[in-house]
Amino acid sequence: MRLAALILALPLLAHAGDAAKGREIAMSGGDANCLLCHAIPGAARPAGNIGPPLSGIGSRASAEELRARIADASRFNPATIMPPYGRTDDLYQVAPQYRGRPLLLPEEIDDVVSFLLTLK
Amino acid sequence: MRLAWLLVLGVYATATAEPRSGLEYSSAEIRKLQASDAENPGMLWIDLGAKVFAEQCASCHASMKGVAARYPRRVNGKAVNLEAMIRHRTPFAYESDELLGLTAYVAHESRGLPIGVHLDHRDVEPGREEYFRRRGQMNLACQHCHDGNPGRKLGAETLSEGQPNGYPAYRLEWQKVGSLERRLRACMFGLHAELPAYGSELLLELELYLAWRGRGLPIETPAVRR
Repeated sequence: MRLAALILALPLLAHAGDAAKGREIAMSGGDANCLLCHAIPGAARPAGNIGPPLSGIGSRASAEELRARIADASRFNPATIMPPYGRTDDLYQVAPQYRGRPLLLPEEIDDVVSFLLTLK
Repeated sequence: MRLAWLLVLGVYATATAEPRSGLEYSSAEIRKLQASDAENPGMLWIDLGAKVFAEQCASCHASMKGVAARYPRRVNGKAVNLEAMIRHRTPFAYESDELLGLTAYVAHESRGLPIGVHLDHRDVEPGREEYFRRRGQMNLACQHCHDGNPGRKLGAETLSEGQPNGYPAYRLEWQKVGSLERRLRACMFGLHAELPAYGSELLLELELYLAWRGRGLPIETPAVRR
């Protein structure tokens, strides 16, 4: 019975993001530097204001929607300024060291989504 | 439908607004540095350029006044900037102090004159296309930051219109004078895009479009930028 429950829960566990890791990704100065464009509650560095503030985003959007928007915001708005963090195709003149690699791996996007869902 | 009208209005506003120099988006400290030739660290390169000019160019060229305002330009179908003209005569290395000094000196001789007014919109079509083309892993075009978003914050930094009228410019980040081509490559680097070579068609066509886009702005060389 417990084994069955565990097996049933596996896909959920496999996709459950780690909010602490997601916070680190969103706040750090790496490739997915959310803070560069978005205000985020609790940030220690100056935030940009090119995108909307992310305060309360966890109440406004579902996990699926957040995941899809981070992976490729152009699906929602073709003119978007937001980079497609999960996309590797249909890009132009990508520097050799980044070719075939997304800005964020799928599990990293899940981590960021989990963090964003804590921003109620 | 409402969105479509907003887009039309936005494009119209962008197209008709007066260009604003990067100086207007700069901090008070940077504006103060640029305002005084005694404090502007870029003047060291003007002095060096004047010396090289006196030694290697002055026997044929009496004065360079007004020349830089007519560059970049299209010559026999090819986009040409000041660096290309100078290197055509003496192939100084890109970003060498000699080439930067000479380019900055020649630009400085036209300080205050308007850029781009010699250009026709037909001269700048290839560069315009590149300006609006998304590129790199970030999948952004020049337009995404520099039209519509100037004045907004990218982290702690203020986005400018990306106007070229201060170059070669002294950038605090570089701790030296650098060319507009170097500045454009820095943007490409940020986009995780292929870095176009110095003197490449892409950079020169972009320069041509930028000069037309900012036409009327006064040459500020050597500008001071962040």
